[in-house]
Amino acid sequence: MSTKIWLALLFLGLVAPFVVYPVFVMKLLCFALFACTFNLLLGYTGLLSFGHAAFFGGAAYITGYLVKNSGLTPELGVLAGTMFAGVLGYLIGSLAIRRQGIYFAMVTLALAQIVYFVAIKAPFTGGEDGLQDIPRGKLFGLLDLNHAYHLGEKTLELNLYYFVFALFCLGFWIVYRTINSPFGQVLKAIRENEQRAVSLGYQVEKFKLIAFVISAALAGMAGSMKALVFQLASLTDVNWHTSGEVVLMTLLGGVGTVLGPLVGAFTVVTLHSELSSAGSWVTVVIGATFVICVLAFRRGVVGELGRLLKRSL
Amino acid sequence: MEITFQTVMSQIMLGLNNGAFYAILSLGLAVIFGLLNIVNFAHGALYMLGAFVALLGYTHLGPLLGVPDFHLSYWAALLVAPLLVGILGVVIEKTMLSRLYKFDHLYGLLLTFGVALILQGVFTNYFNVSGTPYDAKPEVLNGVVNLGFMLFPKYRLWAICISLLVCFSTWYVIERTKLGSYLRAGTENPELVKAFGVNVPLMITLTYGYGVALAAFAGVVAAPIYSVSPVMGAETIIVVFAVVVIGGMGSIMGSIVTGLLLGMVEGLTKVIYAPASSTVIFFIMVIVLLVKPTGLFGREQ
Repeated sequence: MSTKIWLALLFLGLVAPFVVYPVFVMKLLCFALFACTFNLLLGYTGLLSFGHAAFFGGAAYITGYLVKNSGLTPELGVLAGTMFAGVLGYLIGSLAIRRQGIYFAMVTLALAQIVYFVAIKAPFTGGEDGLQDIPRGKLFGLLDLNHAYHLGEKTLELNLYYFVFALFCLGFWIVYRTINSPFGQVLKAIRENEQRAVSLGYQVEKFKLIAFVISAALAGMAGSMKALVFQLASLTDVNWHTSGEVVLMTLLGGVGTVLGPLVGAFTVVTLHSELSSAGSWVTVVIGATFVICVLAFRRGVVGELGRLLKRSL
Repeated sequence: MEITFQTVMSQIMLGLNNGAFYAILSLGLAVIFGLLNIVNFAHGALYMLGAFVALLGYTHLGPLLGVPDFHLSYWAALLVAPLLVGILGVVIEKTMLSRLYKFDHLYGLLLTFGVALILQGVFTNYFNVSGTPYDAKPEVLNGVVNLGFMLFPKYRLWAICISLLVCFSTWYVIERTKLGSYLRAGTENPELVKAFGVNVPLMITLTYGYGVALAAFAGVVAAPIYSVSPVMGAETIIVVFAVVVIGGMGSIMGSIVTGLLLGMVEGLTKVIYAPASSTVIFFIMVIVLLVKPTGLFGREQ
């Protein structure tokens, strides 16, 4: 993609908090990163993980707990959450890649359910209440992430926003670099034809596992960011609904497109905030969107757009 | 809890009861997977729907028809719920799933996931998540029976027996009859079966209908035991997925036996270490994946 588009997106990200409600943008960034990491698996490796909430929510708990109780600075908290998710990804991934296709999805879902039950039962997660009032702390012990700037009538927590934005860019860049590397080419080969990749001498399982760990770790980073933004880590984050939603974001935006997950995350997050008063009708709308996407819209928004413009986005 | 013969046996029997539901549900998944090659994520939601048909038939149908005294009885619900849900299954297959066979099988999983969310969302909107009790348990099935070594609720014994009967009848039809041989042939090679003049698309539709009717049947049988809740299916289906991974979906008998055994193991875990009972099946799945990744009754693809 051309540099112009990237610069435009970067600019958009930098000025967004002045135009839109910053917490909304930050929520969007967290889920967009989450969806990008998921897309690395589904879109570029052909693995449907139905348990990605375990990494997202698990890391949120770890970051929340360490920042709250051990006085870790936020950047170290995020690092710990990311590493935790990476290790968890290694464990879950090395089990799940023993099965293919539909079984892979079921195994990841079931393993993520173990994480969910641990989150309910373990003493440090706060059970049904979750971890609340997670402090944001001072970045590198210096910069107060709670600091709000007053601009006219607005109060903007810009320190936190740019921290989250920087993390998003880092995560997005890692995903982008992975996709567009020789390693990423092998992943795509596995997606297209696993048997042939094997016959070409690639250790398919190793590639799958590395992709899974990268994806899990970065999904964890997204969860850690979320824990700092909302100062909350809860059971919702580890629930299978969240795993389903990240699938939807990717599907809706366009599986296997670089920008698709961003569009999908934007749509789903907006849907949630617009329908927040509608109770469980949100679930119905999400479900219906799933059905429509699968039946009529398998390329997703960006995929369809790319087809119209005859280029890959 | 003190470990006595009584407590162990009662938990195993209760576990067998749960296991009977796992068996029906995983059997339905296996039958559907065999012919359609999709994993029916909506299975749990349709199980829930079956329970709700029974509940609503009992509490709401009469007033709705203008005959306030009319209640759909438990026995009638055992027939009506699977029938209605089966018809819904046929509609889902005809209008949606049949369009997806030429694409990646994962789309079938995602579509049925969407259907599950829709059903669950609609019912969550009108009914309490923590459950509504179903009071239409027939008189005959009240009380307890003496099994010799323990007293056991009559209804639960009935639930185990009827579930096993349904499971083994299904097994018999598929493995031992002419109709079943078409089905098995269709699982092996649908193109060839088509060439012999068998209406395979119809067979696929009816198979899906039958599979989800089984789920609804389990829902009705479960209704008097657990309270009827919009999320009862979601909680169950994930466990059943693990059951299916452990057993492998290649074998009908395998899925029945695995379901029953794991139910009992779950019950036994309640005696030994209660907090692990909700996760023990997942841990068994981990062990099976490590030792025999294709599942206990699975075949190498």
